Amino acid sequence: MHALSIKNLCKTYPNGVQALKGIDFLVDAGDFCALLGPNGAGKTTAIGIIASLVNKTQGQIKIFGHNLETDPEAAKSCIGLVPQEINLNLFDTVLNTVLNSAGYYGIGRKLAWRRAEQCLSELRLWERRFEISRNLSGGMKRRLMIARALVHEPQLLILDEPTAGVDIEIRRSMWDFLRRINEDGTTIILTTHYLEEAESLCRQLAIIDRGRIIENERMTAVLRKLKGEVLVLSIDRELDEAPQLEGFATKLREDHQLEVSIGEHTTVNALFAALSDHGISVISLRNKANRLEELFMRLVDSNQKEPGNG
Amino acid sequence: MNYRLNLTGLKTIVSKEVIRVMRIWIQTVVPPAITMTLYFIIFGNLIGRRIGVMGGFDYMQYIAPGLIMMSVITNSYGNVVSSFFGAKFGRHIEEMLISPMSNATIIVGHVAGGIIRGLLVGCMVTAIALTFTRLRVEHPLITLSMVLLSSAVFALAGFMNALFAKKFDDISIIPTFVLTPLTYLGGVFYSISLLPDFWQHISRANPILYMVNAFRYGILGVSDIRIGYAYIIVGSFALGLFAACLLMMNRGIGIRE
Repeated sequence: MHALSIKNLCKTYPNGVQALKGIDFLVDAGDFCALLGPNGAGKTTAIGIIASLVNKTQGQIKIFGHNLETDPEAAKSCIGLVPQEINLNLFDTVLNTVLNSAGYYGIGRKLAWRRAEQCLSELRLWERRFEISRNLSGGMKRRLMIARALVHEPQLLILDEPTAGVDIEIRRSMWDFLRRINEDGTTIILTTHYLEEAESLCRQLAIIDRGRIIENERMTAVLRKLKGEVLVLSIDRELDEAPQLEGFATKLREDHQLEVSIGEHTTVNALFAALSDHGISVISLRNKANRLEELFMRLVDSNQKEPGNG
Repeated sequence: MNYRLNLTGLKTIVSKEVIRVMRIWIQTVVPPAITMTLYFIIFGNLIGRRIGVMGGFDYMQYIAPGLIMMSVITNSYGNVVSSFFGAKFGRHIEEMLISPMSNATIIVGHVAGGIIRGLLVGCMVTAIALTFTRLRVEHPLITLSMVLLSSAVFALAGFMNALFAKKFDDISIIPTFVLTPLTYLGGVFYSISLLPDFWQHISRANPILYMVNAFRYGILGVSDIRIGYAYIIVGSFALGLFAACLLMMNRGIGIRE
């Protein structure tokens, strides 16, 4: 069963800008999918069309088998949306924001109260329920938008950059929360500019650029495409020059740090063994760049260099 | 269509609108009370005494229904235009647009909010009028139906204005340049029988004339127009505006990119 099925989705704005150029996109029920792309790639337009906030020019969208055009009521009932920009009624209380949203989905007041308490408690907002949302911090507003999107228990939750501008502690707690609701069966589509967030949370990855999907695969398969990676090692002593290690390209960095490129057929074990032969001990290591970030940049660059995409 | 879902949605919008009116009562309820008190003092009491009788009633009594209707229609209009445009501007309209509620429910919910505020202010102005003059309702059904219909027409007009509006200026243009002149020229302060023939004919093109006169007929039993015409005209406006708003919503005009 597909949670989302998009066929040949096109959007041309009245000023002639083609935001989407025939997108085909499938998301399995229960999946956690990242939709990535540079600014202006068409992510928010695609989400806007799925959420009925933007009129499409052409194409077909089905949500859990319900056609958004011919059966909008059933299709829309399945979706919860957390938009990119704060779109709360800033003069409504936290509780009323969630209760009203429940009402728009046909949930009676009694059940809505129960769900609101549950959502707000899980997102640590229940204590602030009588405050107007204008008085909340940025992170709290983001969490309130998530609570609002979840109160009708959607099968498909779409989050458009939910952690933008949120501090690391709240971001981590949001990740835990999203993992939990995904484990409970909610399909999630996430757009983000934090690629480590996508890598850490998502099992499926789609990259959109200039109105086209240029990659759509399982996260593990995508990361396997990396031909190699660059590690930065903290070592126990200062070297005058980079050691020559067979099978590895090395570069000396300042202050007890060594940069090593590993090819796809070599292993970190072999690297440690080679370093050990040179009497070098490794204190810690990290990736020079996020793996997904590297791949993302490579795919977007090559798409932009293709004829007709310039 | 899931009627239970839409009914719950409708109740939610209406209660949200009522809470909004009550929360900002100093903007929604107090100004019309002060304005209408001034109208009654200046036009009714001071100037009215010199005017004497109009349509068989003293001037204060004659203008009271018109002033009540004027406050009802301006508040019905103002409530919907400011609430819906505010939601559009703050983008919280999106929470309704992504929901499975029908567009008709969204329109009806906001219009009901406008009617409630209109009636609330209308009741308050009536209470103020009763401190200045005596009013006896001659035809309660006509009075009630006409005030509801007129309020709905202007709430729908406010909704349409909010759909078209792109900035705050756009929601004050229609009330300033269209609604206010039509209201003042709609027979609130005078009987059109006082006007020359030509201006009487021109006045008959003003829908507010029918609302004010039918409402005045309901209260005082006098009118410059036939009541049947008033129902046809006001009813047609209500249906026409509802159809236009629904068409605009379905096409996404003013709400979807």
